[in-house]
Amino acid sequence: MIRFERVAKRYPNGREALVDLSLTVSAGEMVFLTGHSGAGKSTVLKLIALIDRATRGQVEVAGQSLAKLKRHQIPAYRQQIGIIFQDHKLLYDRPVWDNVALPLIISGVARKEMDKRVRSALDQVGLAGHEHNLPLELSTGEQQRVGIARAVVGKPPLLIADEPTGNLDPDLALDIMQLFKRFNAVGVTVVIASHDLHLIDQVGGRRIALASGRLAATDTTHTSPLSTPSIYAS
Amino acid sequence: MPRDTRSRRSRGWGNAITGYFERHAQTLVSSLGRLLSMPLATFLTMAVIGAALAIPGCIYVLVQNARSVSVAYTDALDLSVYLKAGASESQAHALSHQIGLRTDVASVRVVSASEGLKQFREWSGMGVALDALKDNPLPHAIIVKPRASQADPSVMLDVMQRELMAMPGVDQVSMDAAWVHRFLALLDALSRTLRILAILLAVAVLVVVGNTIRLDIDVRRPEIEVTKLVGGSDAFVRRPFLYGGLWYGLGGGLIAYAVVSAFILGLSGPIDRVAAAYGSHFVLHNLQGGAVLTLLLGGALLGWLGAYLSATWQLAQIEPSSEK
Ligand SMILES: Nc1ncnc2c1ncn2[C@@H]1O[C@H](COP(=O)(O)OP(=O)(O)OP(=O)(O)O)[C@@H](O)[C@H]1O
Ligand SMILES: [Mg+2]
Repeated sequence: MIRFERVAKRYPNGREALVDLSLTVSAGEMVFLTGHSGAGKSTVLKLIALIDRATRGQVEVAGQSLAKLKRHQIPAYRQQIGIIFQDHKLLYDRPVWDNVALPLIISGVARKEMDKRVRSALDQVGLAGHEHNLPLELSTGEQQRVGIARAVVGKPPLLIADEPTGNLDPDLALDIMQLFKRFNAVGVTVVIASHDLHLIDQVGGRRIALASGRLAATDTTHTSPLSTPSIYAS
Repeated sequence: MPRDTRSRRSRGWGNAITGYFERHAQTLVSSLGRLLSMPLATFLTMAVIGAALAIPGCIYVLVQNARSVSVAYTDALDLSVYLKAGASESQAHALSHQIGLRTDVASVRVVSASEGLKQFREWSGMGVALDALKDNPLPHAIIVKPRASQADPSVMLDVMQRELMAMPGVDQVSMDAAWVHRFLALLDALSRTLRILAILLAVAVLVVVGNTIRLDIDVRRPEIEVTKLVGGSDAFVRRPFLYGGLWYGLGGGLIAYAVVSAFILGLSGPIDRVAAAYGSHFVLHNLQGGAVLTLLLGGALLGWLGAYLSATWQLAQIEPSSEK
């Protein structure tokens, strides 16, 4: 599903966020990107979402080399990915329904179908009945779930999430992770950047540990005996 | 089975088309709703556009009215061809026949010298003085009525005057009302000016709408970035702004129509009073159907175009990139 081949990313300010990074995520996997602050987790996700482009190396998603995607092809590409941001990136001037419907409006789904799918997405994240609330009338955790509903409403084969539980209390964080797990169970590939190792242990899933823009030589954190032992990318 | 597939597919197409119109209709309405949610700013923008459109509108309506007046005076466009002294009346008739063959001439009439004198006597009231004359001092004359033509009348009359003048036996060709001639030329110059002015003001409308949309895009930048992040194309993001421009232009067109109507209303009183002083009656006409439609649709089109140019240029700059 995702393949990074000797990828380097240098930001315009000269900062080397990724150095010679290779990794693979197979279709249907649930993978956590871990590592300390500044390790390059967000950068990996930004390259996948084509928010930024790699400086060197190959990024392939769903068999498509991203370097070859032209500007006008980016929207169609992004419609295939559900993106969840730590800061939600909701449209605060319109109700939950409109926020969640946005990807469907973009891809031109007819109104009746749209209504059905928005309701089902909100139902899945436990926000049924909040259609007409404005985002700011919701708690942070609820806003995060609106963001998740928006990401999954178009049924994308790939979900990427950057610190989706960043500032949620532990119970809520676990709820959100379980949600991702459920999407993964129906075949969606999920990539989550998170430094909350305790939480990751509870959820389980493969980890790709980054350190200073490379794969970490060793996982610096303990692994719960219950979680999947494969720590490194193939 | 194949039939089933086909019907399902055609239903799919139907849905897609319905969806397309639904989306556009919805954007059309929501962009209007957005404009109405800030009524003062919206009205001011529309008023500026309206003023820009009203200026050529007012000039146009004046020119049209003046044209209709001058058409009523086309009689005054008659040319009088005076023959050389000593030419006989039969020569006058021969010449008049020849002139009558011209395609740009509607009719000709010979006014013989004696007839002319009689008319002059009645008209001038100098009967006794004229009776003292031994010989008739007037030449034979031919009154030429030009055919109404599509061509510029002032040019046409100039040419005709020169050609008649060159005919043998002709002494003088006079235009009975040179002022009509000049007036038509003036109207012509005015409508040329109007065209240039209209182009300049159309550019002004583009700039006004373009700038308004630019500011609007700036305000909605975060929303645009988010929309692009979840897969919105440039065209999708641009759409509400295009409809916004359309509404601005249409509103401006309506305001311009109101201004022109008020202008006509304000002017018709004084003009009718002037006409009454000359023992006549004159009604100023407002813009007619076609012109009204041109004003409204032209306004809407300009608004759309201004928005298109501005949004296309602006939105290409807004990419959700962290590298800024
Ligand atoms: N837009 C940018 N311009 C310049 N440097 C950047 C930019 N974004 C990230 N960096 C740098 O790249 C490195 C990797 O950043 P990244 O955001 O990928 O880290 P991260 O692993 O997500 O960290 P965190 O856990 O704090 O979110 C950091 O050193 C950061 O300073
Ligand atoms: Mg980060």
